[in-house]
Amino acid sequence: METPVLIEIKNLKTHFFLDEGTVQAVNGVDFTIHQHKTLCVVGESGCGKSVTARSILQIVDQPGRIVEGEILYHRPDRLSTAGNGEWTSDEAGASGNSTTEIIDLAALDPRGREIRAIRGQDISMIFQEPMTSLSPIHTVGNQITEAIKLHTDMLDDEADEHAVELLRRVGIPRPEERLETYPFELSGGMRQRVMIAMALSCNPALLIADEPTTAVDVTTQAQILELLEELQDEFGMAIMLITHDLGVVAEMADDVVVMYLGQVAERGDVDSIFHDPKHPYTQSLLKSIPRLGVSRNRQRLDSIRGMVPDPYNRPTGCMFGPRCDHFMPGRCDAVNPPAIPLGPEREVHCLLYEDE
Amino acid sequence: MSEQSTNGQQLSTSENGSAAAGDILLDVKNLQKWFPITAGFFRRTIGHVKAVDDISFQVLQGETVGLVGESGCGKTTAGRCILRAYDLTGGQIYFQNHDGKMVDLGPLSNNEMKPYRQQVRMIFQDPFNSLNPRMPVIDIVGDPLKINKVAAGKELEDRVASLLARVGLRPEYMRRYPHAFSGGERQRIGIARALALDPRLVVADEAVSALDVSVRAQILNLIKDLQEEFNLTYIFVSHDLSVIEYICDRVVVMYVGKIVEVAETEELFAQPFHPYTEALLSAVPNPDPRMRQQKDRIVLEGDVADPANPPSGCYFHPRCRYVQDQCSQETPDLREIAPGHFAACHFAEELTLAGVTASGELG
Repeated sequence: METPVLIEIKNLKTHFFLDEGTVQAVNGVDFTIHQHKTLCVVGESGCGKSVTARSILQIVDQPGRIVEGEILYHRPDRLSTAGNGEWTSDEAGASGNSTTEIIDLAALDPRGREIRAIRGQDISMIFQEPMTSLSPIHTVGNQITEAIKLHTDMLDDEADEHAVELLRRVGIPRPEERLETYPFELSGGMRQRVMIAMALSCNPALLIADEPTTAVDVTTQAQILELLEELQDEFGMAIMLITHDLGVVAEMADDVVVMYLGQVAERGDVDSIFHDPKHPYTQSLLKSIPRLGVSRNRQRLDSIRGMVPDPYNRPTGCMFGPRCDHFMPGRCDAVNPPAIPLGPEREVHCLLYEDE
Repeated sequence: MSEQSTNGQQLSTSENGSAAAGDILLDVKNLQKWFPITAGFFRRTIGHVKAVDDISFQVLQGETVGLVGESGCGKTTAGRCILRAYDLTGGQIYFQNHDGKMVDLGPLSNNEMKPYRQQVRMIFQDPFNSLNPRMPVIDIVGDPLKINKVAAGKELEDRVASLLARVGLRPEYMRRYPHAFSGGERQRIGIARALALDPRLVVADEAVSALDVSVRAQILNLIKDLQEEFNLTYIFVSHDLSVIEYICDRVVVMYVGKIVEVAETEELFAQPFHPYTEALLSAVPNPDPRMRQQKDRIVLEGDVADPANPPSGCYFHPRCRYVQDQCSQETPDLREIAPGHFAACHFAEELTLAGVTASGELG
């Protein structure tokens, strides 16, 4: 069953204005995030997946800014701020047309009051490198309670208690003692747990996780992914997971957006992306990964020829054209393929499917 | 030591009994590398990080041996010891010289190492930091030739050009600086540099970890092709099990400075004998959403043990789900469980552990 829409991104363009030229990091991206669902954004470095996520929170680094498009946030009503503050929203779908407030995040001032109220409370983010994204000179407790005290009217003691509860929930042993420790005293996996605790401190409606497991070991990755799934069941937030690892996508996603060079190549539910990929980029990406067991007897991996083009020197027409096996001269280098709908929430940007 | 003799057997069995001694290219025996922990004004040594603690394995001519494990398990340190980038704390590294004699690289001085440095080369992980940004490609790739007086002048240029062409770069670009190349291309430059002196053994330390998926496949294929062409032997250090499975003939699994399991790749992945290997295999995300329901993932408790202060007995026992009393008291030896398959677990014979089937399922 479809759950209500949480975030709708329409024709988002985020560009960076540098001396060397304009980098069109995100160039016309559309997708939807549903409540309680996990959306994975997958792509190689430079495809604009992180910038898309940062655009949602309006934390794009200078000299980048959103130049066009809308990020519509359908703010769910909160049941109550007391208790554990669960989000209410769907309940039998009848209340689907209840008065949800719609905010265009793209139009907000990046330094304004409105967006600051949303950051950390409605939408929070965890980053790739837990060492550099935690403050080295503040204790763990300090950093978690800061967000709590900013967005709620809890007192110091209550905030501390809440922080201990969160740390316990994310699986940190002896959480009372941990409040007084500094990030350098923790291992990589523990730091990532602290980040998650901090992000969940205000029961966000959306958790953006930007490569949360790239810097940790595979056994720690399994722990973190499992934790995120558990927390999603418990807190009911939507997760936008940004990753380059197709294995992680297959484990976590409900919906998938495949990006290439600032644009969406293809989007759809996880099963059709993996078992019925339409875009030549998705197809070759899936063929180029070594798979445990399956690749054992295969001699060579299929690889995509060439490399991701220079951002200052984007190809004309389809961004993937120069590396594509189905390249149609005169067509693919002339037209930037529009979104071709293949079904509900299923789209591909490729001229091969134009007639269908 | 019993460990060494069992390793000798492993060699003969893995080669169907036809292995001559000359087939061993590298024989690592009881290798140890401890880093001192110092404290106080006089930098007194108060302890050691046992990064590599008594490991033995062999590398045969023409094969690819994978060193796999999580961060801090000592796989990189082991690789660097083989290159003699570090001085050893203990143990021997026997390398087969051109004349077929085994030479212990361990005690050699820098000058004595020189001829071997041509034969043992390295590919680094980070294609950005491992190339000097102030040197054009011709110098990066050509310097080893110049320093070892292999080629100079026009000949050097020709050799660099052919090397670049071989790794898939355009020779015209040899006057360019590294910043003009993408990550994948830089890794190709690093490979060309490693191959410049016709090495016999190449240590590739996480050579594809920093690369994007589509480029990673290109580089992995290149590494495989070059092996056939130049009859190379690789030690492939990686944390990525799917890459290891794809490229390696034999795999050495390490945990906190020790070897926990050695086997041929297919066997190790299909039928692991050490609980750590099982957990490691189970933790790899499967790129197929339909496998999600079937998974019975083993999520390990806690973190990797501190190599400065490892647990008693088997280093893995605090996280092992099959732990018994004996595990915390006795350190298990690396034993041959099946022909050519070694594991360091007291209960290796009794446990039935799950590997990965050829269809990618855990089972």
